[in-house]
Amino acid sequence: MKRRKRFAGVMALATGLLLSACATSANNSGGGASGAATEEEKTPPKLTNCTNEMKNDAPQVSVWAWYPNMPNVVDNFNTNHTDVQICWNNVGQGGDEYTKVQTAISAGKGLADVVMLEADRLSSFSIQNALVDLAPYGADEVKGNFREGAWKDVSQGDKVFAIPVDGGPMGMIYRTDVFKKYEITPPATWDQYAATAQKLKDAGGPHFGDLGSNVPALFMALQQQKGAVPFGYDPAKPQDLTIKLNDQASKDVLNYWADLVKRDLVGTQDHFTTDYISGVVSGKYATYVSAAWTPGYLTGAGVGKGSSKGVWAAAPLPQWDAANPVSVNWGGSAFAVTTQAPNKRLAAIVAKGIYADPASLEEGWKKQIIFPLSKTVQDSPDFVNNKSEFFNGQTANKDVYVPAGNAYKGTVYAPIQVYYYAQLQAQLAKIINGKTTGDQAADDLQARIVKYAESQGFNVTA
Amino acid sequence: MSHARAVDTPSPPNQPTAPAVSPRRRSLNERKKSRTGWLFVAPFALVFVAFLILPLVYAFYLSLYSKGLATGVVFAGVKNYATAFTDPSFLRGVWFVLRFAVVLIPVQMLVSLALALVLDALTTHLARFARLMIFLPYAIPAVIGALMWGFLYSPTFGPMQQLANIFGANAPFLLGPDLVFFGLMNVVTWQWAGYYMIIIYAALQGIDSSIYEAARMDGANAWQIAFRIKVPMVSSALLLILVFALIGTLQFFSEPQILRPLSNGTITPDFTPNIYAFSQAFSYANFNYASAISFALGIVVFIAVYVFLFFTRKRGSVFT
Repeated sequence: MKRRKRFAGVMALATGLLLSACATSANNSGGGASGAATEEEKTPPKLTNCTNEMKNDAPQVSVWAWYPNMPNVVDNFNTNHTDVQICWNNVGQGGDEYTKVQTAISAGKGLADVVMLEADRLSSFSIQNALVDLAPYGADEVKGNFREGAWKDVSQGDKVFAIPVDGGPMGMIYRTDVFKKYEITPPATWDQYAATAQKLKDAGGPHFGDLGSNVPALFMALQQQKGAVPFGYDPAKPQDLTIKLNDQASKDVLNYWADLVKRDLVGTQDHFTTDYISGVVSGKYATYVSAAWTPGYLTGAGVGKGSSKGVWAAAPLPQWDAANPVSVNWGGSAFAVTTQAPNKRLAAIVAKGIYADPASLEEGWKKQIIFPLSKTVQDSPDFVNNKSEFFNGQTANKDVYVPAGNAYKGTVYAPIQVYYYAQLQAQLAKIINGKTTGDQAADDLQARIVKYAESQGFNVTA
Repeated sequence: MSHARAVDTPSPPNQPTAPAVSPRRRSLNERKKSRTGWLFVAPFALVFVAFLILPLVYAFYLSLYSKGLATGVVFAGVKNYATAFTDPSFLRGVWFVLRFAVVLIPVQMLVSLALALVLDALTTHLARFARLMIFLPYAIPAVIGALMWGFLYSPTFGPMQQLANIFGANAPFLLGPDLVFFGLMNVVTWQWAGYYMIIIYAALQGIDSSIYEAARMDGANAWQIAFRIKVPMVSSALLLILVFALIGTLQFFSEPQILRPLSNGTITPDFTPNIYAFSQAFSYANFNYASAISFALGIVVFIAVYVFLFFTRKRGSVFT
């Protein structure tokens, strides 16, 4: 009996040690495959789990993306290319896909070769050595096709971590029927916005807009519009991070929206929920401060049909200073090559070519699924003068989105962007429930983010 | 072989009492039996070790290290645990699930006990149908149930709002910061009352009906039978489900996680300790800290269950 106990004890210990050995390598390999030799000319395996069909026998590259018209985009690419074929899967939209990307990075395997990412996630993944710098893979070939702001969003210094596809220059869309009924005009400044909102409320109208807590990226853009620069990050010094979340501009914007909420001039419903969409359809919100991809998204959600058909128009985003307008951006996407790709050269070809051919781009912007950042599209008269069906024939691109996109200067995102968004969301939720003021929220946010960044090993400049 | 036996019945000389089985053959038999036993347990043991023990060991190993985005992996020892137990998010989550458990579990027990007693007293077809209906919510996956309740709570589509619209008022939002406690309690009670009811009901079925006869002869009415006889006799089953409920509630995860997008920001990423661990692991990629939080929660659960069992231990009761 004693012998058996001892034997069991030894087995347990041995198992534990064996696991630790495996675990050590797993724990360390999460840092990325950067240590591996450049396996450029390795033939990628034939992938079996693709949503699309191959057009020929060329080596395959796996892609994760969630565009609604992705099947057509992939087919267009596969038909036009004999050197490489795409194997595409939609593994979720936005956060759902990012969770899988992050888990695959931590596990050291399972990641697609090319992933669709929003620009604000790039530094979170590039700091984990999960993304390939595309500068040596011919990123310069396509650089000329994008505006300065768009290219800056996907670059860090000389390194280019993704090829842009679409952007989200911001504007304000509004209900023409509500505006007509209450005889109001689109405000040009934020002061006018608040005044018009009050006028609408006094006349018994609906909420003028909506402050959703679950769109922190939108709120960050609004803060940037007043001059806030939340983060400073230089990839040449990857351990340094500048965090400025409670400067006066950030506080002003928080205070402004907190005031609108307090005076019950705007709704407080989270965006992208069924409650919100039904409110949008029924005219519960007179305006929607949003991005260029919003009409496509709303159309997909059922807005613009039936009772809410033809009652929308687009106007430029209200400004703090009409004499010095500032354009900001919300969302947008790009394709990045991951370090887990067996053949980076082929993956780079995919990243540069996908959603870049005229047919895909035209379908994308005609259906208002994307706001393409490609200059060839943006400069084409077809695109600029397009009469949007959602906006009842208004040339929304010419009036609002193209000028906003051109004037956009780019943003620096932090490697801890996800954590920052979650904390900003929590602060916005508190503001909506009246549990904190704009100033307090900004200070609290600054303290939390600084503490987190320090715990992650950054040298923080506050 | 005792001394007394030798005196009472002297064994005949030169005839040693042979033992039934020789010592060596006995242990061989034993070994064979125990080997067969292990073989039967092997499939379960394999799955148990592979999917429970090994991940636990690995998670514990992870929790001893810490990894920063800007730094590499560093051995941290118990530092992660010290951070976890002083982390206001974790402590707030623990405080929430403790409060939730203290309120929810008595409510659940009362509801399921009442239902079981009523169903035990009735013997009509209605009783069988009612039993099935009450148990049905448990058969619905927790995710589906939570989603369904999320829409029922909706301030635009929910039935409460439809009712309030008739009066031109606004229904209270059961996922708002003031009422989320009760909103969640409602969902969990609806889902689990049937399960606990079935267990209590089965225990009630196991009571010998002659006891009821004796009680009736002593002049007890139905209420007295219910409270003075039935309830004490199912107390061990009650205790069992109380422990299950306590462990389950302290690990509260599914319902608040599913209802998070519908709660308008009320349910935060650190609402309960398990949600906090999930967010740390899969949103911020802090797998090491998430493992530490999971084990810290395990320690809290262990302490809570121990305290609970200590206070409800039987002191020489007849029904042990």
